[in-house]
Amino acid sequence: MTSKNNLLKKNFIVETINLTKKYGDITAVNNLNLQVEEGTVFGLLGPNGAGKTTTILMLLGLTEPSSGQAFVAGYDSTRNPIQVKSIVGYLPDNVGFYEEMTGIENLLYTAALNGIPKNQAKIRIEQALERVGLKDTGKRRVGEYSRGMRQRLGIADVLVKDPKLIIMDEPTLGIDPEGIHDLLNLIKDLAHQDGRTILISSHLLHQIQKICDKVGIFVEGKLMASGTIDELQHQLAGGSDHVEIELKTVPFDDGLLKICQKINGVLNYQWSEDYLLLQCEQDVREELSKKLYENNYLPLHLQLRGISLDSIYLRYFQKEEGYGGGFS
Amino acid sequence: MEGLAKIIGSNKGLSAVIAKEVGDHLSGKRFLILSLLIIVICLGSLYVAASTIRSSVGRDQLDFVFLRLYTSSGSSMPFSFISFIAFLGPLIGLTLGFDAINGERDRRTLSRVLAQPIYRDALINGKFIAGVMVVFFMIFGLGFLVAGLGIILTGVPPTFDELCRLLAYLTLSVIYISFWLALAILFSLLFRQTSTSALAGIAVWLFLAFFATLLAGMIADGIFPVSDNSNVDQVLANDKVKKTLSRLSPTFLYEEAVVTIMNPSVRTLGPILLSQAVGAIQGTLSFTQSLLLIWPQLVGLIGATLICFALAYINFMKQEIRA
Repeated sequence: MTSKNNLLKKNFIVETINLTKKYGDITAVNNLNLQVEEGTVFGLLGPNGAGKTTTILMLLGLTEPSSGQAFVAGYDSTRNPIQVKSIVGYLPDNVGFYEEMTGIENLLYTAALNGIPKNQAKIRIEQALERVGLKDTGKRRVGEYSRGMRQRLGIADVLVKDPKLIIMDEPTLGIDPEGIHDLLNLIKDLAHQDGRTILISSHLLHQIQKICDKVGIFVEGKLMASGTIDELQHQLAGGSDHVEIELKTVPFDDGLLKICQKINGVLNYQWSEDYLLLQCEQDVREELSKKLYENNYLPLHLQLRGISLDSIYLRYFQKEEGYGGGFS
Repeated sequence: MEGLAKIIGSNKGLSAVIAKEVGDHLSGKRFLILSLLIIVICLGSLYVAASTIRSSVGRDQLDFVFLRLYTSSGSSMPFSFISFIAFLGPLIGLTLGFDAINGERDRRTLSRVLAQPIYRDALINGKFIAGVMVVFFMIFGLGFLVAGLGIILTGVPPTFDELCRLLAYLTLSVIYISFWLALAILFSLLFRQTSTSALAGIAVWLFLAFFATLLAGMIADGIFPVSDNSNVDQVLANDKVKKTLSRLSPTFLYEEAVVTIMNPSVRTLGPILLSQAVGAIQGTLSFTQSLLLIWPQLVGLIGATLICFALAYINFMKQEIRA
C-alpha cells in the first residue's frame, strides 16, 4: 500500500481526488480528478469561468475545497499549504507588484517571505532578471513597467524561489504577439532545460498548444478530456469512426476525384467552395500525397480535420452546449 | 524578549512583512505629509504653552509646570498638545491602515504574496504590528521632542512623577491610535474600494469626535429630563446615562484618561455633590492613584482595539483570495 502511494507521489506532482468547490448553489469545480506528471508542461484549457483559477487556488491551499483533496508533490494542499507553497511558484493572471518599489525590491520582498538569506537572494534575483531579460530594468520602479515587462518580472518573481512546479494563470493575456513568442520560449526552457513541471491555465489554446505536452479540457468545473493531443483525438474519435481530410490542389478538377476514389479507405467526398472534403476510415494523407504527385497534381492545402487542438477544443465546448454528435 | 523573538521567528514571513510595511510607511509620502503637519502644529502649541507658562510663573503659584507644556493653551493657539493629539491621532491610525488589504487587492499583489510559503495571518498581523510600531515611534518621538524643547524653553526639568505621567500618557495615545489603526484595517477588509474605506473611517472619526457626546446628552435628557429645579436623583440619573453612553466611545474613554493622567488635581471622573466636597483637603493625586482612576478606561481602550483587530483577523482569514 505504501509503495503504491510512493509510486503515485513520484509520478504525479499534482493530483486531485474528487476535488469539488461550491459557492452557494454554483459549483465552480465539480469532482475534478487531475493528474500532472513531473517534468511535463500541462495546459489547463477552458473558457472563462470554467473554474480554472479556483482549481489553482485550491492546489495552492489558498481556497478550501468543499470536498475532495488536492495533493502537490505528495502534500495535502489544505493541510500543509506552507510546504506546498514553498515548492510551487504561482504567477497569477494580471500579476501585480508594489508600484512604488523597484523590480529588485519587489523580488527581495518575495525572497524574504520565502526565508531566503539576503545575500543569496541578491544572486538569485540577478540570475532570474537576466533570464527573463530585465537585467537593466530591475532598478526602475515597477510603476514604469509595461504589461509585458510586468509579466516577465512575474516569472522572475516565481524563479527566485526555485520552484519544482510553476503554475501560470493566463500568462499570455494582454501581451503583444512578439512578447507571447518570447514568453512561450521562456516557458519551454523552464520545462525542458530546468526540468520544472509547468501548469498553464488559459483560454487561448492557439498560443498554449505549441508548448504543452498534455492538455486538460475544462468546462463548467468538469475535466472533459485529458491527455496528449493525439490521445484527445482518439477520445474524440470515439464518437465517430472516420476522419475528414481537406484537400486543395492545382489543378482543381474532376480528375482529382478519380485519384481519390482509388485510394483505400476513402468513403465519401464533398465539394465545398475552397476544397474537397474527403471522408475516410483512417488518415490517408501519405498515400494521397504520393498519388497526387504521380498524377502531377500539386497539393496546396492538405489537412486532417479534427487533429488540431482548436477543433478538439471547439468540439468539447460544443458537446457541452448540446450540439454533440458527428461531423457537420 | 527572547520569547517574542521566538514567536516572530516561528511565524513564517511575519518579520519580512513587518520590515516591508514599516519601510513603506516611513518612506511613503502621505505619512511624511501627516507627520510634518502634526510636528508643526505640536511645536506651535508648545511654543504658546511655554510662553504662557513663562509669563504666569511670577504671578501664580504653579506646580506641575512640566505637564503644563502639554496641557496649556494660549489665546493665539486655542489648542494644547494633548488636544491636538486627541484630535489628529485617529487620522494617523486611519492613514496607516485604510488601504491595508483592499490596497493589496487593487494592486493585485495579494494572491502573489499569499502564494509564498507564509501563514495567511502573517500578512494582517504584520501590517498591524508594523502600524503600531510606526505609531509608537512617532508618538514617543514627538512627546520627547516636546519635552526636550520645553526644558530648554522653560528651564524646568520634570519630576519623576511627571515623567511617569508623560510615559503613561504617550502609551495611552499609542493604544488609542492603534484602535483607529485596527478599525481602519477592518474597514479595508469590509470595503473593496480604498476610497470607501477611507471615507468610512473618517465618518466614524467625525462622529465620535463631535457628535457622540452630544447624542449621549440628548438621549440622557430624553430619558431623565433635567431642569433648574430637578431633584438630585434626577440629575444624577441623567449624568449616569450620559456617561455610560459616552463611555461606549473610545474617544471619550481616551479623553477621560488623558485628562486624569495629565492633570493630577483631577480626583474623580464622576459627579461630586457639594456635601461630599465640604471639608475635602485640597491636593493632588499621586501617579499611581491617577493610574488607578483610569484603569477601567485603559482596559476599555485595549479591549476596543483588540475587538476591532479580532474582527478584521477573522474576516481576513475567511475571505476569498480572488477578486
